[in-house]
Amino acid sequence: MTCDRCKKRPATVHVTKIINGQKTEMHLCEECARQTGQLEFFSVPQFSFHNVLQGLFDPESATVGLPSGTISTPTRKCRTCGIDFSDFRRTGFLGCSNCYSEFQGRLEPVIRRIHGSTRHVGKVPARTGGALKVRKEIEDLRRQLEAAIAREEYEKAAQLRDKIKALQGKLDDRP
Amino acid sequence: MMTLRDIIERTLSDWMKGTGPQSDVVLSSRIRVARNLSGVPFPHVASDRDLKKVLDDVLQAVRGSRDTQDFEILLLSDIPVLDRQVLVEKHLVSPQHITETKHRAVALSRDETVSIMVNEEDHIRIQTLFSGLQLEEAWQRASKVDDALEARLDYAFDETIGYLTACPTNVGTGMRASVMVHLPALAATGQVGRVLATISHVGVAVRGLYGEGTESSGNIYQLSNQVTLGRSEEDIIENLKGITRQVIEQENSARNFLLRERRKSLEDRVWRAYGILANARLMTSEEALKLISDVKLGVDTGIITVVGTRMLNELMVLTRPAYVQKLMGGELDPEERDTQRAALIRDRIKSVKEGK
Ligand SMILES: [Zn+2]
Ligand SMILES: [Zn+2]
Repeated sequence: MTCDRCKKRPATVHVTKIINGQKTEMHLCEECARQTGQLEFFSVPQFSFHNVLQGLFDPESATVGLPSGTISTPTRKCRTCGIDFSDFRRTGFLGCSNCYSEFQGRLEPVIRRIHGSTRHVGKVPARTGGALKVRKEIEDLRRQLEAAIAREEYEKAAQLRDKIKALQGKLDDRP
Repeated sequence: MMTLRDIIERTLSDWMKGTGPQSDVVLSSRIRVARNLSGVPFPHVASDRDLKKVLDDVLQAVRGSRDTQDFEILLLSDIPVLDRQVLVEKHLVSPQHITETKHRAVALSRDETVSIMVNEEDHIRIQTLFSGLQLEEAWQRASKVDDALEARLDYAFDETIGYLTACPTNVGTGMRASVMVHLPALAATGQVGRVLATISHVGVAVRGLYGEGTESSGNIYQLSNQVTLGRSEEDIIENLKGITRQVIEQENSARNFLLRERRKSLEDRVWRAYGILANARLMTSEEALKLISDVKLGVDTGIITVVGTRMLNELMVLTRPAYVQKLMGGELDPEERDTQRAALIRDRIKSVKEGK
C-alpha cells in the first residue's frame, strides 16, 4: 500500500478517526504522518473537529437563503476584520470575535448543528463578565421580589427593591 | 534560572512520571482552553501588527501575574526547527502551533504542566497536562491561569454563546478535555474497535494511531469531548471521566482475560518485545512505539518488573523522530536515526537494569 499523501513511499502509519460514529481511515508513510502531525498522538483532534464543521456545508446548505436563480447577492463583510460569510464557509474560520454578531443569523444554525445548543452555561470571566454576573443577580432578585409581593411580604419586598437598586447603580457605574 | 536548553533537554515532564491515578491505563489528562482578545482579528487573518500587539499584551499579562510570572517564555521564531518539533513531541504545544513562527510564542511552567500558546489558532490556548486520570485537577489549574490572564486582558466573551473562538467548533466553554489511554489488551482481544465506536456516540471523540493492518502500534487513543457549548466545564469533564472509567474497566477485564486464559502467549509477547528493545540495532519510531506498548502491558500486569512505567513513558517521547535527533545533536538521515534510536533504547534499558 502506498502513502495517501505523497503517493510514493509505502504507507506504514494507519490512522483511524471516529467522530460522531463516522469512521475515516488514512494510510500514510512515516514522513507524511509526521509532517501532518498524525504521529503526534497527543495533539489536538482539531483537524477532525474542523472536518466535522466542513461536513456541515454540503453543496445544498451553501445556497440556503438564496432564492433559486439568484446569481450574485452582494455579501456583507464583517466591519471589524473584513471577512464575509463565504470566507467562513470555505475555511471554517471566522475572522474576529465581532464576526459572531455580524453573521449571527447565519451562524446560529451552524452552531446549533455542531453543539446541539446555542447557549453557553459554563464559566463566566470575572472581569469581562462582571456585568453579566450582576445582571443575572438582578434577575434572580426580581423573581424573589415578585414572589414577596405575591405573598404580601412588603417589608421583604422593600429590602429586595433596595438591593436591586444598588446593583443597578453598580451596573450604571461601569465604563 | 532555567535555560531553554534545560527545558528541551530535560526529558521528563511531570506527566511522564506515571504517578497519577489509574496511570496503568490513562497516560495523561489534558485540558485546553481557547481564549481570544476582543475585537482583534484572529491569528489566521491578523496583520503582523495585530499579531505583535497580541503577543506583547499576552506576554505582559503572563509576566505581570503572580501565577505565571516565573513561566519560561519561548519565542518560536528564536528557536531551531528541531527544538520546535521537540516541543510538539513532548506535547507542550500543538503541531499546528509550530507551522507559523512569526509572533508566535509559548510560555511554560517550570514543571511543564502548563503551557500557554500565543497566536495559535486562537490568540491564547492554555494547556494543562497531568499524569493519569486527573481531569478536574487539570481544569482547576487551567482555570486559575485563565483567571490570571483575564484580569489583565480583554477577552472576547458573549453573554449568550460564551467564549468566542476562531472556529465555532470551540465556542462556548472553549474547552477541550482529553485523556490519553493505553488499550493493548482490548486491541489484542479484538475489541478495541467496538468499544471505541460505542463511546463515539456519547459525546466523546476518539482518535487513534494504528500500525500495519489491524495490528495496532502503540495502542494509544485520545478521548475528548465533542461539544464545547451548552454544557458546563464540570459537566463535560464529568461525562468524559465517566466514559474513561468504563474504558478502563473494559481494558482491565481484557487484561484479566489474557492473564487467565492466554498467559503463556502474553508472557511470550511481552518478553519478546523486551528482548528486541534490549538488543535491536535498528529501530523505527513506529516499531519502538509498538514494542514499548507490549512491554508496558507486561509492567502493568506484573509480568515484567525489570523496567518501570516511568522509563517507558520517557522512551515513548525520547524515541520520537525529532527528539532522537535533538539528543544526537543534529539532523540525521533515517538509517542513522534508526541506529541511534536502537542504541538509545538499549542504553536506557541497560542503565535501568544496572540500577543506575
Ligand atoms: Zn507520504
Ligand atoms: Zn470579523
